[in-house]
Amino acid sequence: MEGVLNQLPIGLSIGAVLLLIALGLTFTFGQMGVVNMAHGEFIMAGAYTAYLLQGVGFLIALPAAFVVAGLMGLVLERTLIRRFYGRPLDTLLLTWGVSLMLQQLARDLFGAPNVQVSSPAWLRGGIGILPYNRLFIMALAAASVLAIWAYMNRTGQGRRMRAVMQNRRLAATSGIDTGRVDQRTFFIGSGLAGVAGVALTLIGPVGPTLGTYYIVDAFLVVVAGGLGQLRGAVLAAAGLGLLNSYAEFWSDASLAKVVVFVAIVGFLQVRPQGLFFVRSRALT
Amino acid sequence: MTAPEQSARRWLGPAVFSAVAVLALVAAPLLLEPFRLGLLAKYLCYAIVALGIGLAWGQGGMLTLGQGVFFGLGGYAMGMYLKLNDAAGDLPDFMVWSGVEKLPALWKPFGNPVFALAMVVVLPAAVALLLGALVFRQRVRGAYFAILTQALAAALVILLVGQQGLTGGTNGLTNFFDFFGNDVAADETQRGLYLLVAVVLGALYLGARQLVRSRFGRLLLAVRDGEDRVRFLGYNPATVKTLTFAVSAGMAGIAGALFVPVVGIISPALLGVVPSLELVVAVAVGGRFALAGAVLGAVVMGYARTYFSEELPDAWLYLQGALFVLVMTLAPKGIAGLAANLVRRREVRA
Repeated sequence: MEGVLNQLPIGLSIGAVLLLIALGLTFTFGQMGVVNMAHGEFIMAGAYTAYLLQGVGFLIALPAAFVVAGLMGLVLERTLIRRFYGRPLDTLLLTWGVSLMLQQLARDLFGAPNVQVSSPAWLRGGIGILPYNRLFIMALAAASVLAIWAYMNRTGQGRRMRAVMQNRRLAATSGIDTGRVDQRTFFIGSGLAGVAGVALTLIGPVGPTLGTYYIVDAFLVVVAGGLGQLRGAVLAAAGLGLLNSYAEFWSDASLAKVVVFVAIVGFLQVRPQGLFFVRSRALT
Repeated sequence: MTAPEQSARRWLGPAVFSAVAVLALVAAPLLLEPFRLGLLAKYLCYAIVALGIGLAWGQGGMLTLGQGVFFGLGGYAMGMYLKLNDAAGDLPDFMVWSGVEKLPALWKPFGNPVFALAMVVVLPAAVALLLGALVFRQRVRGAYFAILTQALAAALVILLVGQQGLTGGTNGLTNFFDFFGNDVAADETQRGLYLLVAVVLGALYLGARQLVRSRFGRLLLAVRDGEDRVRFLGYNPATVKTLTFAVSAGMAGIAGALFVPVVGIISPALLGVVPSLELVVAVAVGGRFALAGAVLGAVVMGYARTYFSEELPDAWLYLQGALFVLVMTLAPKGIAGLAANLVRRREVRA
């Protein structure tokens, strides 16, 4: 019984990390039709930012990683992705090329072996079966979701973002500068991946291929949660995190991913567009 | 276009195909040393997978990022047979090392060569049929489909690595000695295998070309360009897509089975997310809209990888990434698209 309970914080914290990663993906995909494979490397960039800022203070690493990853995303959007709007499959391949280069860059800058980021003293230990580091990750994700929710629903910028997501052309004709909105969304989404990277340093080592371990699962969260859906992403991330950790617990680790895959395909039989979606009469 | 030009155009394709066939079947085995011939055979195996990707993605619009799965299923089916054949009634060597005492039930039927060879095609095609039927029927498509196939590739690798006693784990299946009565390592066997791979590739290419030109092929193009319109005309796009996906999976399975005796190993690292994506990249570089472009891309990228990872190992990932970005931005139709432009421009001038 204790083992079963132990899996709970593990699954939820993995879900929280997936959520932080998937938020950026779901908004860039939903708003701009961009499937960004280089998103995983923004996670890695965030994690290395935390590595470089060790000693300066963990709480400083969080905003720093947000800015570093966000700026990387912004540069990528301005230089390359902007040319590919509306061609999701091409962006997928394009950004994969970028992600290869970023991985090699990390290898050249920090070396191929993994590095360990020592977590701050106040995050060691825990209450009962709840380790502080995993609690912190969950709190971090919750705070981020709240901030995103407030941004989208309580600010002018957020309203414009939702407008562009729902109907880009109508938004443009209403006088919204869709290019600027795209840039902001990309910055915020990539920045959240950086924050996820910092969170990951609390539960494991950091390496040049860190992003590749999470990107596939994060995309599954997007598929299951529905495009551009905050609620969907939260539920799907929590579900996927728990499913992953319990499938590993009850079967063995090697079967867990297969179980998750079968579950997702099964879920799509009932909800082909994900948990939540905007109803529309338009085709495709 | 004048009549002679038209007939010249009609003959251009078959002429190029025959020239390439002569080069591949006669010149290459005579001129290349065994090591280089082996490399070419490996690239041609990849070219078979690329042909399938060209069919599914270029012609059918289904970006499949999980062809490694089907390549792997074909490869493991062949590898299991070869292992059992080498073991001659005993347990395969890696099972002994992992402490397995009895041959697993999953392995037993693969001792039969006919069964194993059938599974090379049946297994991948069946998985693709099942996945395609479930996914396409629900109108899950585009990037969603790409993500799902990628997730499948990721899951299979973890499964294969984890089931050490059943699959050889990270090492995969290797150390083969006998290939249907021939010494796998011998130069003559390898030359024969090269010819076999080349002939299979040529046959599959012609078959795929015929498929694209048939009624079914036209339907496939129509589904790619306007799936809903096809549905309104009374066809079921899901069936067309599922069948094409299964054909491309079967091709990848055949490629995997040929790859095993040629290279001498099948392991999870050869069929995961990255190798699957690399082949898609190769198809994009060669030209996704032409079947010949897909084949060309796989061979060119194979050579580029070997050359650059020998000469400039550190720069290869940068080069590969940069090449990819360049092709996608400047030449989305790849080498084949550039060549077609060249031919067209000359015609316009004339």
